[in-house]
Amino acid sequence: MTNKAFQRIYTHLESITKATVSLVAKGVTNDELATVDGRLAQVVKIKGDLVTLQVFEGTEGIPTDAEVLFYGEPPVLKVSDELAGRFFNAYGEPIDGGPAIEGEKRYIGGPSVNPYKRRQPSELIPTGIAGIDLNNTLVSGQKIPFFANPDQPYNQVMAQVALRADVDKIILGGMGLSNDDYLYFRNMFEGAGALEKIISFVNTTEQPPVERLLVPDMALTAAEYFAVDKNQKVLVLLTDMTLYADALSIVSNRMDQIPSKDSMPGSLYSDLAKIYEKAVQLPDGGSITIIAVTTLNDGDITHAIPDNTGYITEGQLFLRTDTDTGKVIVDPFRSLSRLKQLVQGKKTREDHSQVMNTGVRLFADAASAKTKLENGFDLSDYDNRCLEYAKDYSNQLLAIDVNIKIDQMLDTAWALFAKYFKKEELNIKQSLVDKYWKGN
Amino acid sequence: MNTTGTVTGIISNLVTVKVEGPVAQNEICFIRIGETKLMAEVIKVNGAYAFVQVYESTRGLKPGDSVEFNGHMLEVQLGPGLLSSNYDGLQNNLATMEGVFLKKGEYTAPLDPDKEWEFSPIAKSGDKVKAASWLAEVKEGWLPHKIMVPFSFEGEYTVKEVKAAGKYKINDTIAVLVNEKGEEVPVTMVQKWPVKVAIRGYVDKPRPYKLMETGVRIIDTLNPIAEGGTGFIPGPFGCGKTVLQHALAKQGEADVIIMAACGERANEVVEIFKEFPELVDPRTGRSLMERTTIICNTSNMPVAAREASVYTAMTIGEYYRAMGLRVLLLADSTSRWAQALREMSNRMEELPGADGFPVDLPAIISNFYSRAGIVTLTNGQTGSVTFIGTVSPAGGNLKEPVTESTKKAARCFYALNQNRADRKRYPAVDPIDSYSKYIEYPEIVKYLTERIGERWVPNVMEAKNLIIRGKEAFEQINILGDDGVPMEYHLRYWKSELIDFIILQQDAFDSIDANTPLERQEFMLDKVLEICRQNREFENFEECSSFYKKVINVMRQMNYSKWKSEEFNQYLEKLNTLVNNN
Repeated sequence: MTNKAFQRIYTHLESITKATVSLVAKGVTNDELATVDGRLAQVVKIKGDLVTLQVFEGTEGIPTDAEVLFYGEPPVLKVSDELAGRFFNAYGEPIDGGPAIEGEKRYIGGPSVNPYKRRQPSELIPTGIAGIDLNNTLVSGQKIPFFANPDQPYNQVMAQVALRADVDKIILGGMGLSNDDYLYFRNMFEGAGALEKIISFVNTTEQPPVERLLVPDMALTAAEYFAVDKNQKVLVLLTDMTLYADALSIVSNRMDQIPSKDSMPGSLYSDLAKIYEKAVQLPDGGSITIIAVTTLNDGDITHAIPDNTGYITEGQLFLRTDTDTGKVIVDPFRSLSRLKQLVQGKKTREDHSQVMNTGVRLFADAASAKTKLENGFDLSDYDNRCLEYAKDYSNQLLAIDVNIKIDQMLDTAWALFAKYFKKEELNIKQSLVDKYWKGN
Repeated sequence: MNTTGTVTGIISNLVTVKVEGPVAQNEICFIRIGETKLMAEVIKVNGAYAFVQVYESTRGLKPGDSVEFNGHMLEVQLGPGLLSSNYDGLQNNLATMEGVFLKKGEYTAPLDPDKEWEFSPIAKSGDKVKAASWLAEVKEGWLPHKIMVPFSFEGEYTVKEVKAAGKYKINDTIAVLVNEKGEEVPVTMVQKWPVKVAIRGYVDKPRPYKLMETGVRIIDTLNPIAEGGTGFIPGPFGCGKTVLQHALAKQGEADVIIMAACGERANEVVEIFKEFPELVDPRTGRSLMERTTIICNTSNMPVAAREASVYTAMTIGEYYRAMGLRVLLLADSTSRWAQALREMSNRMEELPGADGFPVDLPAIISNFYSRAGIVTLTNGQTGSVTFIGTVSPAGGNLKEPVTESTKKAARCFYALNQNRADRKRYPAVDPIDSYSKYIEYPEIVKYLTERIGERWVPNVMEAKNLIIRGKEAFEQINILGDDGVPMEYHLRYWKSELIDFIILQQDAFDSIDANTPLERQEFMLDKVLEICRQNREFENFEECSSFYKKVINVMRQMNYSKWKSEEFNQYLEKLNTLVNNN
């Protein structure tokens, strides 16, 4: 960031914590940026003349006589078409060796879209993964996270989804990304020859955690530029939102705020909602779709981060390893796309929603049969058929390495139904059974 | 002369103001940033300092900025034109705002001052009236919208003049009243009322005694809600809270629907914006939007206005109740409102109660729920506000402060169960944990007996009992195995499955199954119980399950078929053959 004329300079800090510094200063506005000893900081609290700043890089080595310069404005991103194909850090500075971006200055973390001006999402985003397209169909303008344990290949799945999706721009917001994963994304994007439609804002694990707080707002400001100004379809990838929330708790802790559940700040819901609610279908055709990652501690979704996320997002996608087939699958029980009914049977075949429900219900019956088996009970004929069906269903539909069209998914499901079940065991509307049944 | 002040401190949306002059708790003030004015509410006063919560982002605010207090609490405007409007939590009209983004400090008029309304007088010169008495009527869509003596008027007034029938605008004087001192007071079609104060102006508030039909079987049949009653729907995310609430909004037997989208997803509100104008109210044949007001303060809109939104909604509900109308108020979700209270309490550094919520949370919640109810108006007519709120318990755990506080206040409890949702048994209302206190009210039992028949309440109790016994049997089967239990257990389990699949489960996305009128609910419950009561012998449990699966399949087709259509009758015949031949 460049210096401006008429800057106010202060040289005495009243107090320093691990993430914040306080000083006496006049005429400072809420949310404005400053540098403290050359490091970027933002005003988070004003009490009379005492101003508290959150220092993004951390306060290690900052002396009490550090030079503080106020910018007089909140963080900005310069937006223009030049953003496309570039890699930036959390401050929006290029990290790919290219030139700085010329363009219009926009304050990041700007206002919300008037809900009345939104349009209902109605465009299907096909991914080829049946666990998503068949059971949890994605829609443009949706916001949905992957809930995954740290050992699961969520970044790979997300990159696959992004590259298969039919969108104009893909914006990656990487928070606490390991350097390996950063390079993975970079190689994937370059290898797919899709670099010109991709923009990345990356904070890696090598960089200070508090910096991450800027990444989603940077990514979404860029997204709003393309979606609102250019009427483009934009897909935003945010990984990993758990690390983002951790950074929030660090800052609130340093500011002596009373923590709520799981030592998270009481405002966690609103903080996350401000990000996720940027997903939107706009009246003039542009849209922002957000796919995020929330890593879990051993599958615990009652923790404050996934819990609050679940209440904000339009569903969630669960990855788990299916022990029967050894494949990573999209868990049909715990995954949900709340917007799926906007496209199922409307943009896809009429039997979609009933086939989906029946497929999952039979898979649930198989899970009950398995419990019975584990408890040492005899299985009925129906139980055995369910178990066999579950294996095929898992292999041919739920596994994340499946890549087929939605009609093929439906046909596969009908074929499995006919292979293992009778018509009356399906509980599907008769007219659909008559039309699509693949058996005798 | 209004009190003024200057900003001295800022933490997020909590601003400290040094005040010059008197200031009231909950008074509204405006903070000036350049040309923009930000609305805020006083939430604490300490010496010369007032703590105000700002209803907007405080970005760019600085110490020394000027503040002007306006002398009253947060108010809403009440008058014709509220229906089919879309407001934010502070009653700004979202439809008339410019641009795609919400602009800071942009406030729009809630009611259209230029629209002309077809007016006809009710009161006549010489009538004695008091607050909430009906003076006149305008047609708001198909609803008779009463123009009342403003609720804030104290004592008795004599009508001097009411305008003749004709077309008037909301700010025209439509009547002149004379108070006890002989002073003339002009009245227009619009009045203001502070949202945090309940609107009185009724004679009494009896216990609810009528059923409010919703078309949702698990509610109407098993846990009915009364007109003027209260209920709440707690549930973890993904269990179908919002789908259930939308079903209630579409099908609820009410004249006016007010939906407060409080701190929830914007796309859910968009769904209402899109669908409601297209949907037709089966009772009136008019578009659903005509009877609906939406108060929308989604999760990304300013936190402080979230709290205001539920009060704004309730006040509008009470206003229509005073016209003798039946109002259904839905709030999704009251947890977000509680969280907004927590955020502010936290910033004010108050000592926290359980989970960091303010200690007076239970009192705030029960006070709010108590504003619902059926009332007898001064002219002997009745009006009602039925309130159903959702609760989003943290971690899906019902032992958290918001759920527990609400449970003490609301009379119906519709617990959404994760397990049922995982098994796609929607609506995922837990049939065993959920309850309606109203079914125990003698008034309601009497009403149900008169409305549906002698058998109804005993039938409902029998069905509930079968569900509980079925669950017990299911647990035993799971412990002892299919062969380890007597046939009787399988029979019991399958009877409860039959009730589950045919009565409890309902497809909210199927145009026919979504809405089941009471008459049809009665028929299906009778039919299901008839099958349950028959003594059936089976050789083995597989025979038993296969019989009931067939019954379930046929009856499900009945649920999907138009009531008493040829298709329906065919399935009914099929069912009778199936049941009688086995």
